[in-house]
Amino acid sequence: MTPAVPGGTSADASGPVERLTGLVGALRDHGFGIGTGETVDAGHALEAVGFTDRERVREALAATLLHGERQRPVFDRVFDLYFPLGGGGRTALDGTAADLAELRERLADALAADDGAALAVLAAEAVGGFGGYGSGPETDGWSSYQTLSRLRPETLLARVRAAERSEEPEFADRLLDDEIRRRIEAFRERVRTEARRRVAERQGRDRVARRAVAGTADGVDFLLAGRAQLDELRRTVRPLARKLATRLAARRRRAARGEIDLRRTLRRSLSTGGVPVRPVLRRRRPGRPELVLLCDVSGSVAGFAQFTMLLVQALHDQFSRVRVFAFVNRVDEVTGLIARGAADPAGLGDRILAEAELTGWHGQSDYGTALGEFADRYAEAVGPRTVLFVLGDARTNRADPNLAALKRVADRARRVHWLNPEQPSLWGTGDSEAPAYAEIVDMRPCRNSRQLGALIGRLLPV
Amino acid sequence: MTTGFFSSVDDVAERLATTGYLASRAVATTVFLADRLGKPLLVEGPAGVGKTELAKAVAEVTGARLVRLQCYEGVDESRALYEWNHAKQLLRITSGRGESWDETRTDIFSEEFLLARPLLTAIRSEEPTVLLIDETDKADVEVEGLLLEVLSDFQVTVPELGTIAAARRPFVVLTSNASRELSEALRRRCLFLHIGFPEEELERRIVTRKVPGLDAALATSVVRVVGALRAMDLRKVPSVSETIDWARTLLALGADRLDEGVVRDSLGVLLKHQDDIVKAAAKLDLEAV
Repeated sequence: MTPAVPGGTSADASGPVERLTGLVGALRDHGFGIGTGETVDAGHALEAVGFTDRERVREALAATLLHGERQRPVFDRVFDLYFPLGGGGRTALDGTAADLAELRERLADALAADDGAALAVLAAEAVGGFGGYGSGPETDGWSSYQTLSRLRPETLLARVRAAERSEEPEFADRLLDDEIRRRIEAFRERVRTEARRRVAERQGRDRVARRAVAGTADGVDFLLAGRAQLDELRRTVRPLARKLATRLAARRRRAARGEIDLRRTLRRSLSTGGVPVRPVLRRRRPGRPELVLLCDVSGSVAGFAQFTMLLVQALHDQFSRVRVFAFVNRVDEVTGLIARGAADPAGLGDRILAEAELTGWHGQSDYGTALGEFADRYAEAVGPRTVLFVLGDARTNRADPNLAALKRVADRARRVHWLNPEQPSLWGTGDSEAPAYAEIVDMRPCRNSRQLGALIGRLLPV
Repeated sequence: MTTGFFSSVDDVAERLATTGYLASRAVATTVFLADRLGKPLLVEGPAGVGKTELAKAVAEVTGARLVRLQCYEGVDESRALYEWNHAKQLLRITSGRGESWDETRTDIFSEEFLLARPLLTAIRSEEPTVLLIDETDKADVEVEGLLLEVLSDFQVTVPELGTIAAARRPFVVLTSNASRELSEALRRRCLFLHIGFPEEELERRIVTRKVPGLDAALATSVVRVVGALRAMDLRKVPSVSETIDWARTLLALGADRLDEGVVRDSLGVLLKHQDDIVKAAAKLDLEAV
């Protein structure tokens, strides 16, 4: 690993203290709660490990500044900006076709050898040679997209495989393709980091650190999440569900305390001559609520609904009964689909749309018709023990909101909560009927998985 | 402030290796810092990656005494810190030698009747100590409050005896599986270390180390298959301890190389859910399980 001395050779030389405080500031902007005490600890830590090994510096700062693993990806990206890898490309490339071929050759070798140090150098060279855009030798910007679209590392798969495949095909070799794909993806990430670093040198680190580093997965807005982010969100479901389950169990335990069981206390007092020395507390049967979800799965909010369904599915031990209904403009029960979807959460949304009767004559969501149909056809699903969660943005595409239907359902249920993935300032704008619905049932904004976890934990009855 | 066990990061890595604990760079660096800054170390990560082992290994290489507090639901102050030996106190009172109550009272609340539990033991220990607070997330929130007090000042107040400060700062390791979020306040007191699954190269070395007699090529294949399983979307991906178990199984089966049959028959060692096994078998192209 090339030693990188902070405050070393690069143009924006600044001392380790400035770098550290800059880093802390950038992390705070990303919502990390870092106190002054921790910054001081980080300083001590840097002193203790020295600056000779960049990865040690990274680990030392992570140990002192982070409070959880979820923060790590953001931390790593910010760290790469403030403590960049020294050096950069060894050879100056002009971006010619010959250079490109030669670089691809070396990249294939490095991927075959899975040589981390060589890949880091190659990433730097690639961005330097092929990622610049703008005018003149001192280009205006650096683009990882441009670098990657010219370098096309994914097309190296066959070449790397040929280089690595042993003569005697072994069982583990069938894993090779996936391994190489993972290495290539790691290389692409290195290129992105390098491009960000170069842009940071030009524009000032602080600005880039604030803008160009994506936040943690649980803070991603449901309505804006891309495909990859949704996958990442999905991975946060399982731990989230377990956490919620323990929290619910603890709450039940606490709620069960406190009431004295008179009969058993007196019975026990016989051994102490009628003096009730040890009161006996009443044991309560755990009352498990029934849960019904009514989800809008139309295109605009599908990610949110899917995510919530997965969470509830993961929580299903906590409830005596969970039923899930999906709608676009017609309602259908999808409980069975969700149960079967356990093995393949990724395709869940598509399957629901394909297998359930959710749309009538058009594909736009229609809350009024859907609510009406739900109230008529599935009235038995909602009873005095039911907690109903409605998920959706309450955008009815100008159709009749059918408030009466929601009112009917709300009267039957023990409680109704409406989770809306839009921010409250947008409620009531355009075709949103959110304020009208919010007068009948309790409506809350729920924009990311962190909020969702907190909300569900709070809203569910003991 | 320091516990003074290690002289440098490399020192940590080398000495831990002598016990068979192969530390990644992150682990070595953080252990060194915990030692140097005298702060408790909060270790998180999936089950079976060696969180508890780390504390044991540190105790072993430094010749320190290992004091372990195993947390569970309902662990309380008297289990974690200290309690009075009531039976012995009663005996003392009934065998009273005719002295006044005041004398008896001061007597029965003395050192002799105090039962030190792990936290107090670690704080009072004169010799070098490693305090392992295992599965902190299993304990109730009130215990966290207690830990906050103990871990920030390394002192404990017993009303009848006064404040007992640490004679020597213990090296503290807290482990957590994240089944409950620990409080921000506790996290702030600690250095944070996440032990994830090791890189391929490190895991290969760990396996060869723990399962001597395993063919080197086979060890490589084992680690590659485990790596592939971890990349799948399974309910419970195999951890390092499962990798080692699998390597031992293969050794016991006398397998000298991996093929479909061997993998299919022993997949249960790695995966603990039937639907995971089915899924993995399908992805790895094994015939029907």
